[in-house]
Amino acid sequence: MATKVFMEALSPTMEEGRLVKWNKNEGDAVKSGEPLAEVETDKAIMELVARGDGILRKRFVAEGESRPVGQLVGVIAGADENIDALIAEGSGGGSGGGSGGGAPAASAKPPEAVVAKTTENAGATSVPQTSAQSQGEASMPPQAKIEASGNGGPVRSSPLARRMASERGVDIGRLQGSGPGGRIIKRDIESAAQSGGGGHAVASAPARRAAGAGDFEDVALTQIRKTIAKRLAESIGPIPTFYLTSEFDLTRVSEMRAAMLAMGDEYKVSVNDIVLKAVATALSQHPEVNAHWLGDRIRYHNRVHLGVAVATDDGLIVPVIFDADTKRMSEISRETRELAKRARERKLTPAEYTGSTFSVSNLGMFGIDQFTAIINPPEVGILAIGAARNEVVDVDGSFESRPRMKVTMSCDHRAVDGAVGAAFLQTLRRCIENPLMLVY
Amino acid sequence: MASFDVIFLGGGPAGYVGAIRCAQLGLSTAVVEREGLGGTCVLWGCIPAKALLEAANIANRLKHAAEFGVTPGDVKLDYGVAMKRSRGVSTQNSKGVEFLFKKNKITWIKGTGRLTAKNAVSVKTAEGKEEKHDAKKAVVISTGSRVKGLPQAGLELNKTTIISSDEALTLEKAPKAITIVGAGAVGCEFADVFNAFGSKVTLIDVAPNVLPLEDADASKEVERSFKKRGIAILTGAKISGVKAGKSGVSMTVEAGGSKETVESDIVLVAAGRAPNTEEIGLKEAGVQLTERGFIKINDKMETSVKGVYAIGDVAGPPMLAHKGEREGIVLAELLAGKSTHGMDYNNIPNATYCHPEVASIGMTEQQVKDKKIDYKVGKFPFSANGRARTSGETEGFVKIIRDAKYGEILGAHIVGSHATELIHELVLARTNEFTVEEVDLAIHAHPTLSEAIAEAALDSLGKMIHA
Repeated sequence: MATKVFMEALSPTMEEGRLVKWNKNEGDAVKSGEPLAEVETDKAIMELVARGDGILRKRFVAEGESRPVGQLVGVIAGADENIDALIAEGSGGGSGGGSGGGAPAASAKPPEAVVAKTTENAGATSVPQTSAQSQGEASMPPQAKIEASGNGGPVRSSPLARRMASERGVDIGRLQGSGPGGRIIKRDIESAAQSGGGGHAVASAPARRAAGAGDFEDVALTQIRKTIAKRLAESIGPIPTFYLTSEFDLTRVSEMRAAMLAMGDEYKVSVNDIVLKAVATALSQHPEVNAHWLGDRIRYHNRVHLGVAVATDDGLIVPVIFDADTKRMSEISRETRELAKRARERKLTPAEYTGSTFSVSNLGMFGIDQFTAIINPPEVGILAIGAARNEVVDVDGSFESRPRMKVTMSCDHRAVDGAVGAAFLQTLRRCIENPLMLVY
Repeated sequence: MASFDVIFLGGGPAGYVGAIRCAQLGLSTAVVEREGLGGTCVLWGCIPAKALLEAANIANRLKHAAEFGVTPGDVKLDYGVAMKRSRGVSTQNSKGVEFLFKKNKITWIKGTGRLTAKNAVSVKTAEGKEEKHDAKKAVVISTGSRVKGLPQAGLELNKTTIISSDEALTLEKAPKAITIVGAGAVGCEFADVFNAFGSKVTLIDVAPNVLPLEDADASKEVERSFKKRGIAILTGAKISGVKAGKSGVSMTVEAGGSKETVESDIVLVAAGRAPNTEEIGLKEAGVQLTERGFIKINDKMETSVKGVYAIGDVAGPPMLAHKGEREGIVLAELLAGKSTHGMDYNNIPNATYCHPEVASIGMTEQQVKDKKIDYKVGKFPFSANGRARTSGETEGFVKIIRDAKYGEILGAHIVGSHATELIHELVLARTNEFTVEEVDLAIHAHPTLSEAIAEAALDSLGKMIHA
């Protein structure tokens, strides 16, 4: 049976993709899951994988060309299978260029209309059971419509989906529907809300540690929480943010780095690595800030997935260190470097930059002393790390020059109160000023 | 020896509908069927049973005709005549399917089919000849199910005093006393029919309510109506000591803490159906079955053997004609390489055609409770509905269970006259994810029974108008 190859939404916000390179030629055998082509999305270069077994019989798109999400770009089928209809459909789309939806719609329509007509006749033969057929016909929108959707036009969605989206704060315009004719339905909203208001989860995304029932806990809002959320949001933007700044002493961090470096170059860790490890450790003790604001409830995560902001030539992206609290400093160090490198090469997969529970942004290397970072919703906090500098401070009555670092936490006041954020920073201070706590 | 794209084994609702869709999509299609086209549904289930229920309804309504100023003369009840009419309707419908086969150029291979390889079947014809046929794309098993009796309870079918629905559909006259074991849809429908034709009916089930799969409120409403009409109901019952003689059956039934002996001319076993998986070459081909004996399929209706598919009763519950029909359509579209919406097993309506009728979609209130979903119930009785009062059919209600937050229709249950027709407004709503508010927004004509649906939707929102 033929499998249509579509331009897929390979990132949550992707609307069209440029086919950079075909990995398979027409006539090559392909297996489900095998990479067919490389596609440049708005964020990265991604693999488009086969969704069926067979022979790549037809490629509709030349390398370097762009196609909107949902458009037919190829056909996988058996060697001797007749795919003329599909070829007609796919070629129609190509000639139409950007607004290609119209052409395949027109070519697919006539045969479908004939089918509808014959069914109608069957219904009129006074044979009661055939009503099931005409029922089947009516509940399936014509083939043409399915092909036509997916590029442009108003967002189609069910009433229930719209309602759930508005109450859960999911931007319905960014989703890809999985219902009839690409209509957005309940399960699309549920999966979007779960993946953090982003987009449609990509089926081929590599699984991290299997998600389990105890990964988080949803707590319904109390009345006081609801009132706090409503009043503060009225006062300041959709996310009522406040900021907590603290200055940490890095004497022991410096000593530790020096001691590790003395053991050999391979043990070298950066201040950033240590800070990330400390943040992850502190978060595991403070689920109240390792949380997602979901509109009607707050999701407290029992696992720490730490987002790390990385500047690239194209802009900011936040890859994720999954289960950062359970990883050793060396692992965090290696993973951070690897993710940053892949981010700059635009090779991150969506699975690598979605799902964080808290984020960290470090501008210390740019010489910034202190700044405020913008919360990455639905997270409820982000930590902005400034540069480490030697400062003269009062130590037990005498002046001493000590390495110091300022951090500023942006907190979503709907979920996090001042004292809660402060308690987290206290724990973080203890971890950073006494890095031995990280192995405690 | 002939060659086709697709061969269906079995021409019931799943097979014949799937075959028509296949043919419409340009596949050369054959159906192997040894009896008549239409399967259990057309010949031994849905259609003949509904014809008898219509007879029962006329009988019941005549009892109240005088209130409408229409006093009938001497009313005679003759089950044999009703039975013959029902057989006629079945035959007509089966011929209708034959006509559709001709029109769509589908080959009916008359005989008993058997899978011989993953892409070949052999058919033994009525004359005893053996034919071989090739299926280039798919062999689809749509062999359905059959009545199996309850041998574990001592109720082995003997076709005279212990019978199944198959024999009940061809009885020449209504028995004086009949005991019906199993108070699901089939049991309740026959209880209704035989009660209307003057039999003394005892309805027995091991479950605590009749129609145990329906919402408890619906079950209770039917029980109340049945008892009023003199049908004896023994639920939570245990059967023992079955003695089947030439002219009757006696059995001991334990229910509600007491034991009684139930005597009847005929026991109708209306529980237990078995999938038809034997002697069609499944084992030899390596087609795997589930623990409950159905053919194991995935969401594309593929069995464990490539190229062999299964749909309908044989592929698992619910064993309903409309479930099989839709599976047939979905499979045909998959086989033809069309995009399809797949099967939505959460949105298959249930319909029982006894009087009052019972129809439902989605979850029962108990299921919603068990899932710990925050819900609200809206309920409107037909006794407050104008149209129901004009026709003097005020039994029953519409009950809608909605999600407290989003208004999603979690379940809907209708008991009453025409319930099986009325339910489809809510089937459509649920299938397309309309909430109770969209149901309310639709203007319902007055006076209609459907207004009760709008009122139940409104009630679930706390703003009912007419009660």
